[in-house]
Amino acid sequence: MIEIKNISKKFNGKQVIENISATFEKGRTNLVIGGSGSGKTVLMKCMVGLVEVDSGEVIFDSRNFSSLNFKERKPFRQEIGMVFQGGALFDSLDVEKNVMFPLSMFTHMTLSERRDRANECLKRVNLINVNKLSPSELSGGMKKRVAIARAISPNPKYLFFDEPNSGLDPQTAIVIDELIKEITEEYQTTTVINTHDMNSVMEIGDKIIFLFRGKKWWEGSSSEISSTDSEELKNFIFANKLMRELIGKK
Amino acid sequence: MNYFFHLGRFWMFMRLMFTKPEKWSIYKNLFMREVDSFGFGSLGIVAITSIFMGAVITIQTVYNLVNPLVPLWAVGIVTRDSIIIEFSPTMICLVLAGKIGSSISSEIGTMRVTEQIDALEIMGINSSGYLVLPKLAAAIFIFPFVVLISMFLGIGGGLVAGDLSGVISSADFIRGLQDSFLPFNVTFALIKTLTFAFLIVTVSAYQGFYTAGGALEVGRSSTKAVVYSSTMILFSDFILTVLILS
Repeated sequence: MIEIKNISKKFNGKQVIENISATFEKGRTNLVIGGSGSGKTVLMKCMVGLVEVDSGEVIFDSRNFSSLNFKERKPFRQEIGMVFQGGALFDSLDVEKNVMFPLSMFTHMTLSERRDRANECLKRVNLINVNKLSPSELSGGMKKRVAIARAISPNPKYLFFDEPNSGLDPQTAIVIDELIKEITEEYQTTTVINTHDMNSVMEIGDKIIFLFRGKKWWEGSSSEISSTDSEELKNFIFANKLMRELIGKK
Repeated sequence: MNYFFHLGRFWMFMRLMFTKPEKWSIYKNLFMREVDSFGFGSLGIVAITSIFMGAVITIQTVYNLVNPLVPLWAVGIVTRDSIIIEFSPTMICLVLAGKIGSSISSEIGTMRVTEQIDALEIMGINSSGYLVLPKLAAAIFIFPFVVLISMFLGIGGGLVAGDLSGVISSADFIRGLQDSFLPFNVTFALIKTLTFAFLIVTVSAYQGFYTAGGALEVGRSSTKAVVYSSTMILFSDFILTVLILS
């Protein structure tokens, strides 16, 4: 479980996130939604320690992560897997080496053990015969899947996804969503996903937090979201014509 | 104020870079890859620059030697000492600042804007150490060899050009080369080379590491890396010359 308490962050005097508190539970897909510039990515970067919070606490299973220094965070970080918006695969390494990378750096596994684990993870994300391809030879969806395989290879306890569906076609986006849901349940990870894809919200959102202008505006589940009273959330959900029609029919 | 900000951030960057590596075997592989890239990958441009540099120094020295009391074989001494003390270490390192410095800055800058550095940090890897330390070690190891090769090629270029153009015979040139040679000049050149290697890698890596934005900013960082490292080379060349030779 991850708990954030009263997190605030300013950049050059501008308040980007303000006093956000939330709990993200284990074995569930926790979604943070909101429009562009609402502070989703900054919140996630604060949670994983890529951006230092101005105030507040980030607690991973009752361990206060935000109070630790760079050195003390190291063992912690090996329990965290993150999939970035563009995949962030290492250009100089092929697919297999990308997936093996965390294992090569932090474990004493032999090359064959690492290779087996990489193949297992690639198979889990439905990728076969791509081991020797370089990231530039992969499609957007494949890059995301390799990034997921790399994130899960060291068996992390916490998984973070920043806009996993951005730039993907609707079919591939559904495949990625299902994959995230399956992995979360199978490995019992605490999964946090930043998205503004309403399909993801309805399909895999066990718990949803809506950010608006850097503040937590609403919290609930996918079944509760359509009956919200919040005008800002309604504007966000029903910006899409298809969503208006679907929810209207219900 | 901005100057002090960069100085402080550069110092922090260096401190982080010199922390204990996560895994020596990975760093060793990266070191070998960089030695190959910096050393063998630069031999072509170094050879061309050195040969023509030696040729031009020889012919220009003959052209400027108007005093009949100075023997022609003195051209060998001038060419040798110019190449060893100044041209090979400084000129070649300026060329390498353009070639290697821009490559380091754009590689690391691209990694920054595509979140690859964030991905390293999420995994618990000291990104500045992982990305820069093998490059720095490789440059400090291989640059002296590259500069030594440049010295031989430069002097060889002078010998051949002098002979082919007919301005000085090989025998006169070689006689000059053998006269009053000071081995300390080579030591001085290597001290300069090590300093320049350090500056090229750290200044370029710093520019790349703190790139923010997109492709345009990566290009700007790359340009800054070459400009700043070249300026630092010329400045430190002057300081070292004053400190050691004067």
